[in-house]
Amino acid sequence: MKEKLVLIGNGMAGVRTLEELLKIAPDAYQISVFGSEPYGNYNRILLSPVLSGEKKVEDIIINDDTWYEKHGITLHKGKTVTRIDRKNRIVFTADGIQAPYDRLLMATGSNPIVLPIPGNDLPGVITFRDIHDVDKMVDASTLYKHAVVIGGGLLGLEAANGLMMRGMSVTVVHLAQTLLERQLDPVAGSMLRKSLEERGLHFLMAHSTEAILGEERVQSVRFKGGLEVAADLVVMAVGIRPNIDLAKKSNIYCERGVMVNDTLQTYDPKIYAVGECVQHRGQSYGLVAPLFEQAKVCANHLARFGIGRYEGSVTSTKLKVTGIDLFSAGDFVGNENTEDLVLKDSSRGVYKKLVVSNNRIKGAVLYGDTVDGSWYFQLLRDGTDISAFRENILFGQAHLGDSGHGSKDKVLTMADTAEVCGCNGVCKGTIVQAIIGKKLFTLDEVRAHTKASASCGSCTGLVESILAATVGDYSSTPSKKSMCACTSFTHEEVRSAIKQQSLKTMPDVRKYMNWTTPDGCQSCRPSLNFYLLCAWPNEYVDDYQSRFINERAHANIQKDGTYSVVPRIWGGVTNPKELRAIADVADKYSVPMVKITGGQRIDLLGVKKDDLPKMWRDLSDAGFVSGHAYGKSLRTVKTCVGQEWCRFGTQDSTTMGIKLERMAWGSWTPHKFKMAVSGCPRKCAEATIKDFGVVAVDSGWELHVGGNGGVKIRATDLLAKVATMEEVLEYCAAFMQVYREEARYLERTAPWIERVGLAHVKSAVVEDADNRKRLAERFAASQVTAQIDPWKERAEGVHAGEFAAPARAE
Amino acid sequence: MTTNWISAGLMADIPQRGARVVDVAGLAVAVFRTSDDKVLAVEDRCPHRGGPLSQGIVFGTSVACPLHGWVIELESGDARAPDVGCVRKFSVRVENDTVYLDAGATVTA
Repeated sequence: MKEKLVLIGNGMAGVRTLEELLKIAPDAYQISVFGSEPYGNYNRILLSPVLSGEKKVEDIIINDDTWYEKHGITLHKGKTVTRIDRKNRIVFTADGIQAPYDRLLMATGSNPIVLPIPGNDLPGVITFRDIHDVDKMVDASTLYKHAVVIGGGLLGLEAANGLMMRGMSVTVVHLAQTLLERQLDPVAGSMLRKSLEERGLHFLMAHSTEAILGEERVQSVRFKGGLEVAADLVVMAVGIRPNIDLAKKSNIYCERGVMVNDTLQTYDPKIYAVGECVQHRGQSYGLVAPLFEQAKVCANHLARFGIGRYEGSVTSTKLKVTGIDLFSAGDFVGNENTEDLVLKDSSRGVYKKLVVSNNRIKGAVLYGDTVDGSWYFQLLRDGTDISAFRENILFGQAHLGDSGHGSKDKVLTMADTAEVCGCNGVCKGTIVQAIIGKKLFTLDEVRAHTKASASCGSCTGLVESILAATVGDYSSTPSKKSMCACTSFTHEEVRSAIKQQSLKTMPDVRKYMNWTTPDGCQSCRPSLNFYLLCAWPNEYVDDYQSRFINERAHANIQKDGTYSVVPRIWGGVTNPKELRAIADVADKYSVPMVKITGGQRIDLLGVKKDDLPKMWRDLSDAGFVSGHAYGKSLRTVKTCVGQEWCRFGTQDSTTMGIKLERMAWGSWTPHKFKMAVSGCPRKCAEATIKDFGVVAVDSGWELHVGGNGGVKIRATDLLAKVATMEEVLEYCAAFMQVYREEARYLERTAPWIERVGLAHVKSAVVEDADNRKRLAERFAASQVTAQIDPWKERAEGVHAGEFAAPARAE
Repeated sequence: MTTNWISAGLMADIPQRGARVVDVAGLAVAVFRTSDDKVLAVEDRCPHRGGPLSQGIVFGTSVACPLHGWVIELESGDARAPDVGCVRKFSVRVENDTVYLDAGATVTA
């Protein structure tokens, strides 16, 4: 006999919890749902476009009756629960339905606040909360002319805009001096007001409503001071209040909301609560993203997995009025300890303000151009030190040395056939269809279903905008992102446990950290393998079966299942003897294509897997080692000819490059790692788009870090300037070691530096000489076993089974 | 359906959480061994773009294709949702450390 779960409240938070629960434990409960409204579950935040006529009610239904049937859920539509008998664990509705429960989930949402003024109960006076309210407003707009919206907050402005689009003359009355004073500063607030006035809305700022007048129906609104405005419809949108009536009546502890702990449990352990009705760590949320985060955690505990805690949300705000872009997050007002970075361009209608303290973003307000909202929000949540790019930060992420992308088209004006994701060939129309047809809400879901932005990720912002334009904005990802679906811990938490608890094998890590899968997945296994290798160098036994095929086979797999082989050519400097040896190997194994790579190496393409060890034997005999063109490891050191030949050269760049490559080859890193040494500031070796780039100048060497020439072009940041080759080597080793110890697996140096800030890297590598030495020593220590040539080992028979030709089955 | 059991090599030659390829009358078949020594076999060809599944990372009873990361459930042969596709699977039994495949009509004895 299954346990019974009863959900009170058929809204977004409660049903999302059920969806999360069904995903992880589909058979755990016999579920019934009570909802006061006579509909299935719908997307309440899209009521504004329904009011304005841009969407229809059926467009915003998330789950219709068939969904409830399909999952065996009993749905009581239009039934209000009026009593909970906690002792006997039964809920009762107003009309006498009884439902026993083992677990109860309360998601009763919130109620709109009705001002306690005379006339508030007159016909024609309504709030804006559900489909019923929208119906009343739409009806009124066909019969009447004048509407007054009380409240200039998000909901009030969306209601006013909708009524205006339905043809009414609308006046918005607001108590404060500026609109959206909880989301915008006064400058952005007045810009918003100006553009809404241009569209035809009227505003009465700093007005307090005294009474609503009328006989059989509302006729006018009177304000303090005596002004009276004609009105056939009055919409009160002055705020919401958690709906805790039922909880209070049932003696469940409430303050402003139903009190819950980090597992969304109320003071009655059988009863959970999620959504707008709850109060968690002193906060109640009225936005969707936090509710979804709560739903995920709550479902996990209802399923008795007991993993994960809800630790509160940092939220951001967007207004759903078509054509008006605004965004705000965090503390955008500031105080005496903060500074404002401001960009204002009135004729373009753009305003951006960042509130900064100690070089960290505390809050942001964007008006007119909100493309970078999610980036600023990310920097805010991560507490990134922005000093390295502070002077350009207001121009947006696209101006951080990134010239790889054209200007982003406005999502709404994009044609359905416009290609959004160039890697996977996904058009806007396909994405929109998937979002609607498959009911997707998050970026991850869109990635999984359409592959858009799932490869290189450079179109992520565009995909997020399409998502926001289609279903509303859910972009607030949790501040804590788990390593993969096997665990709720972050990369950082796993790495620190490995060190602190001396976890030395993958099974130890999974056991200690309560992994949900017996042997991990394709995502966490390579990460853990690297973290263990980095934490316990020369001691940890590499887990071969947790390596991606390229690193397991020490060659790059190609689309036809053959491999490519790139011998190491130190600093890109070679000689006729080496070239002859490579040519002989290419002849002997009938290599179909020989190609010069971008990193100044020679690539032998189209090699059969079982030929690899034989080929490596020949190359090894000629003095070559693996070029690691296949690994998350040091790839190549590219050089120019420098002082030895070039009339502009200032230092011996080839020797420097060879020394660097001899020192660093074989090292495993979080992602691939490329270097270059240029002999003068003309930078022919392209040193300023490398992970570690060295530029020779007359007085020594400039060291540059965090460059990228691939997916997202990024010029390096200057790390330091040094005088000698020995210093270059030490700084390089130290930099590589910090990157190895701190970056997340599969994070290139460019995004890593943007995440942690250049200042952090400088303090570890440049400013603290002792620390630099220790880092360089740790790097050198780990190189002892890393520089055993994997090709030579395999040529001598290590892992022979991996390379065996397929046997004939008979 | 006719059954046609053929020998596909030794269990000991397949690493745990790994695979080996056998040639069944010209068809490449990937034989997988899980961490708890279950042996599963499918055609060595991802339904997405034909990638060699035998070269992927094996976890639980699934494999991730090395080319574009599709996950194939080895027990059903189906691609993990939301991807859609399936790969031909082969029945397997292990006797005295030898792996046998049911080649069905692929090989006529």
